[in-house]
Amino acid sequence: MTVSNSRKLHFKIYRYDPDKDAKPYMQDIEIEVPATDRKLLDAMVTLKAKDDSIAFRRSCREGVCGSDAMNINGKNGLACLTDLSSFPEGKPIILRPLPGLPVIRDLIVDMTQFFKQYHSIKPYLINNDPLPERERLQSPEDREELNGLYECILCACCTTACPSFWWNPDKFVGPAGLLAAYRFIADTRDQATSERLDNLEDPYRLFRCHTIMNCVDVCPKGLNPTKAIGKIKDMMVKRAI
Amino acid sequence: MNRIVVGAHYGLKDWLAQRITGVVMAVYTVILMFYLFTGGAASAEAWRATMSGGFMRFISFLFIISLCYHAWVGIRDIWMDYVKPTSVRLTLHTLTLLTLVGVAGWATQIIWRL
Repeated sequence: MTVSNSRKLHFKIYRYDPDKDAKPYMQDIEIEVPATDRKLLDAMVTLKAKDDSIAFRRSCREGVCGSDAMNINGKNGLACLTDLSSFPEGKPIILRPLPGLPVIRDLIVDMTQFFKQYHSIKPYLINNDPLPERERLQSPEDREELNGLYECILCACCTTACPSFWWNPDKFVGPAGLLAAYRFIADTRDQATSERLDNLEDPYRLFRCHTIMNCVDVCPKGLNPTKAIGKIKDMMVKRAI
Repeated sequence: MNRIVVGAHYGLKDWLAQRITGVVMAVYTVILMFYLFTGGAASAEAWRATMSGGFMRFISFLFIISLCYHAWVGIRDIWMDYVKPTSVRLTLHTLTLLTLVGVAGWATQIIWRL
């Protein structure tokens, strides 16, 4: 590969190693990446090959695992789905860890609180009927209802973009958790709908959502947690009146 | 006790009420604007006549109640976000509630005496 086929990138990366650094700092890094690097993650892997002290999570590199969620130029997203060509020439690419969660090192955050909220909505099918011989069937219309819900990869882009979660991470379920909650509330095979609604009817767990829709804005899978939250509220109204 | 407790099992009614009261206030604003732009406030006497009509008294009362309920939910949400100690928050909740009830009564008295 010739140099003319490469592209020069200027990164500003959040660096923090609690063993060495008293406090976090932003590091300027300039790097030549080959033209074959199409996505931000490709460039970061090239960068990591040169300086292996930079820590970030990644795995599938195709937007399925959700590991490489980070704050890219101020907006949460997946590095593997972000085109390098989408960055304006001559401006630095600013990378920070997902906001609102404790930083373990550099771009790696502690997702404990996120998954605690996710688990609190019981993200599994609850059905006490005896297991059928093959599978629990649904009509195509009922199955349709799960579209836009089951695709969530739990990257935490939405939840960590939500000010209500920043403020009450221990009490507000967050958009990802609520989307997953509605995924099971909407599932005709699930028998715990009423318990699920009871579990969410709380001024903090559900009603901290003030519909600012940051979650919709950042979701790398194009999902709409606000709509799911609205549907949960609709069901609660339907149940109550 | 430092355990995080959630599950108060309320919230729907307030959320719904905030939306309904919002609609009431919006509709009242449109009606009031109609009266004001059709000469309903051309003079102090005209304004008094507008506001003292039976229909206007009725919807003005609804507006005041809606405003106070709407404000209650909103201000309570602010206390819930920013004030963490339970004793301080309970005091603020109570004071807010009492103030809003008082204001609602006072405002109604003013409007109805016109």
